[in-house]
Amino acid sequence: MPIPTAFHSRAAALCQTQEWRDWSGYLSAISYQPSHEFEYYAVRNAAGLIDVSPLYKYEISGPDASRLVDRIITRDVSQCAVGQVLYTPWCDENGKVIDDGTVTRLEAQRFRITAADPSLRWFQDSGFGLDTEVRDVSRELAALAIQGPSSRAVLQACLKEIDLDRLPYYHAAEAKLGEIPLTVTRTGYTGDLGYELWIAAEHAEMVWDRLMEAGAGYGLQPVGLAALDMLRVEAGLLLIDVDYSSVRSAHIESQTSSPYELGLGWAVDLEGADFVGKRALLGEKERGAPRSFVGLRVPWADLERLFGAMDLPPQVAGRASRSALPLYVGRRHVGQATSMLFSPILKEYIALATVDSRYARRGQTLEIEITVEYKRQRANATVSKLPFYNPPWKKAVVGG
Amino acid sequence: MSGAYDIIVLGGDPNGLAASARLARAGRRVLVLERRDALGGATTSEELFPGFHFNTGWPDAGLLDAALVNKLDLASHGLDFSDIPVAAYALDSGITLWRDVLRTASELHEHSIPDAQAFVGYAQEAAQYAAILQRMARLEPPGLAHRPLRLLARWAGVALAARRLGPRGLMDFLRVLPMSAQHYLERHFQSEALKGVLAAASVSELMQGPRAAGTSFKLVYGQLAGDSGGYRSAQRVKGGLAALNRALASAAKGAGGDIRTGAQVQRILIENYRVAGVELAGGERIAARAILSTTSPEQTLLDWAGGPQLQPRDVRRLRNIKYQGSTATVHLALSGLPAFEAREEQLSGDIVLCPSPDYAERAYDAAKYGQLSAEPILIARIPSLLDSSLAPTGQHAMSVTVRYAPYQLRDGDWDQKRETLGDLVVKTLERYAPGLGQLVLHRKVITPLDYERDYGLPEGSFTHGQMGLDQLLTMRPIAGFAGYRAPIDGLYLGGDGAHPGGGVSGLPGYNAAGQLLREVR
Repeated sequence: MPIPTAFHSRAAALCQTQEWRDWSGYLSAISYQPSHEFEYYAVRNAAGLIDVSPLYKYEISGPDASRLVDRIITRDVSQCAVGQVLYTPWCDENGKVIDDGTVTRLEAQRFRITAADPSLRWFQDSGFGLDTEVRDVSRELAALAIQGPSSRAVLQACLKEIDLDRLPYYHAAEAKLGEIPLTVTRTGYTGDLGYELWIAAEHAEMVWDRLMEAGAGYGLQPVGLAALDMLRVEAGLLLIDVDYSSVRSAHIESQTSSPYELGLGWAVDLEGADFVGKRALLGEKERGAPRSFVGLRVPWADLERLFGAMDLPPQVAGRASRSALPLYVGRRHVGQATSMLFSPILKEYIALATVDSRYARRGQTLEIEITVEYKRQRANATVSKLPFYNPPWKKAVVGG
Repeated sequence: MSGAYDIIVLGGDPNGLAASARLARAGRRVLVLERRDALGGATTSEELFPGFHFNTGWPDAGLLDAALVNKLDLASHGLDFSDIPVAAYALDSGITLWRDVLRTASELHEHSIPDAQAFVGYAQEAAQYAAILQRMARLEPPGLAHRPLRLLARWAGVALAARRLGPRGLMDFLRVLPMSAQHYLERHFQSEALKGVLAAASVSELMQGPRAAGTSFKLVYGQLAGDSGGYRSAQRVKGGLAALNRALASAAKGAGGDIRTGAQVQRILIENYRVAGVELAGGERIAARAILSTTSPEQTLLDWAGGPQLQPRDVRRLRNIKYQGSTATVHLALSGLPAFEAREEQLSGDIVLCPSPDYAERAYDAAKYGQLSAEPILIARIPSLLDSSLAPTGQHAMSVTVRYAPYQLRDGDWDQKRETLGDLVVKTLERYAPGLGQLVLHRKVITPLDYERDYGLPEGSFTHGQMGLDQLLTMRPIAGFAGYRAPIDGLYLGGDGAHPGGGVSGLPGYNAAGQLLREVR
């Protein structure tokens, strides 16, 4: 039985659908309103509030903390200033991705890491012989994302002491909401302007209330996982167990992925300190990754043609689909689309996919399997740039 | 960095010395580094009191591999053995197990006619099984993923040898090894006294009672070197175990190897994922292209190579190795021979106090909960009976192995309990040798904690990790480390923590050296 998060009393009161999902053992609203599209549009046009407390959170501290974080993640911690946040994968000894998350440098030797899966043992084992403490703060720390073009205004109305205009993308600040201390990071999983708040669980409800209050005039809505899943596909953001398998849960080699195969080569720093998997990744860098992570666009005309042949209008899921579909070039199977979505804002059928690197060039045409009335058909799919949706305000600094 | 060596061997014990001799004979420039001032580690004899020499750790060179002795020509380097006619003498019942099993069988009639009739069959069966294990012990275990053809061919030989047991025999062999010793012994014998002596052998160096699965493997493994009398192979080196180290060292030096004692390793130097040498406690650095360590996997990898050089997965598995030492030894310098009710000849082997398998299991019960067994299994040896060089004339050096003395005590620590243990041993033995207390001139108790601190045995484990079914062959020291390779290029593990395990066979080191020679050019 999943348990409530620290925001549950508030989420439950607003969740009209009573549609919940188990996210890492917590009750998580899938949608609050009968149509999740309102929530989706709230984030794209105004602001949305998302309870992301089920993320696993760890704090690493001690004299060797930066050494340990450097050893765990593929990025170079020496390039990360206090108050900066890094998005990063981390790998096993064979350079295969275990998980991905954010690393916030709270102090010179104190870090907070978010993870999709339990990671305490891995972090502790990685730190054997180093003078560090790894703490699982998942339960004591509630997390709330406020995302969307109006999120800054709503949040600024609550956080008087800091100037959010000066908080750059992927940076963190300590702040106070009334008397409640919290960490605010300019991060999120929507590809929009947005922030995430990290709060002691006992203050969670009060923070929610204050934000909802302040957001009333901005169209702030609570947002569930169905909308979040759409937002992150448009943003080209990976989801573990959907777009890739952690090497921990993979049964065979081909189910594992290196960061290069997930489009995260930019997050692999082979110049800096040694990290777990670096040796293997040095080799892969040289050889080139056999697979690539790409975006796909499926022309609407193709869908109309395929469905039209059966006298049907195109049927596309209203939510993001997580059922992988095979991709072809002629008779050759070249990969799979792992997340698909009819993007309401782009008015396009888009997908995140893993394909054979030989067919990963932008503009390359592949074929994607589409089932029409139980019959397998193929539509064209064009490799395109990620993210699909990338508004200028995502990273913009006002007056900066 | 100083010196110029191809290979540094860490550990001047028989494994390390055998390895260095093999490497040196193959033309490699080898340096052995030993932390203590004397060679041997826990396989040595020391003059604990003036004139009295004791095998302070391992009681004898039980499983020393005959092929290794021949190949290194150790006889020409002064190695010689005392001839011990007796395998074991049971204190409680007076049963004597001779090396000559026919003699044992004949004498057993007094105790149990069915057992007398069964004994030779049992001893032959155990010897057959041991011979198969011996073949396995001389091979490197196959990896889980990596199985070169060369290795498969050699293991096919083992399979063939096992096939020669016949279909019924092969089935029995496969059934017996994972069995509990108690179950195995009950298949053969009725006499509790006889089963008790053999049960004592089945749990040597183990933190398990004879009812635990896999203890019959240990009973057979203990007979690996043959001539066991159905009990345990025991090769007693003339002059004490230090003489074994001298012979091995002489073989190594004779082939051009160097040996340094009193050399405390600080860390293993690693550059670019490959060993580059070692750094000593004083800061001195010695370069080498490969390192073969015969100390425990824990010390070699977690302490010397260091966590940051290892994969997190390996760190976890290394820390999960079960060591669980449970052996203590009480060394007694005696003014005369204890008054056991036995002929002198009967006392030349192991003098065993373990009246029944249940007695052994009860002794283990206490240890399981962190207590010293109130009624412990005792195995006493008086090597000075056959080797007058070990004690002044008319006097004797007796060493008593105590099982179970668990490393982890629930109450107090071994620094407090050391003499309690000594008193318990003397008092217990006095029941069989009245007046023993008065004969004691000097006494030294070595607890599992001392074995760890002074002899480098992790948690006092003689075998550098329990020899349970989960820590054998390909899974020794941990799955994925087979073939003596540590997960750092150029680093090899050739201590008792590696296949085939403990028992002074010299094989872990010797085999690892062979592997290293094939892989490091």
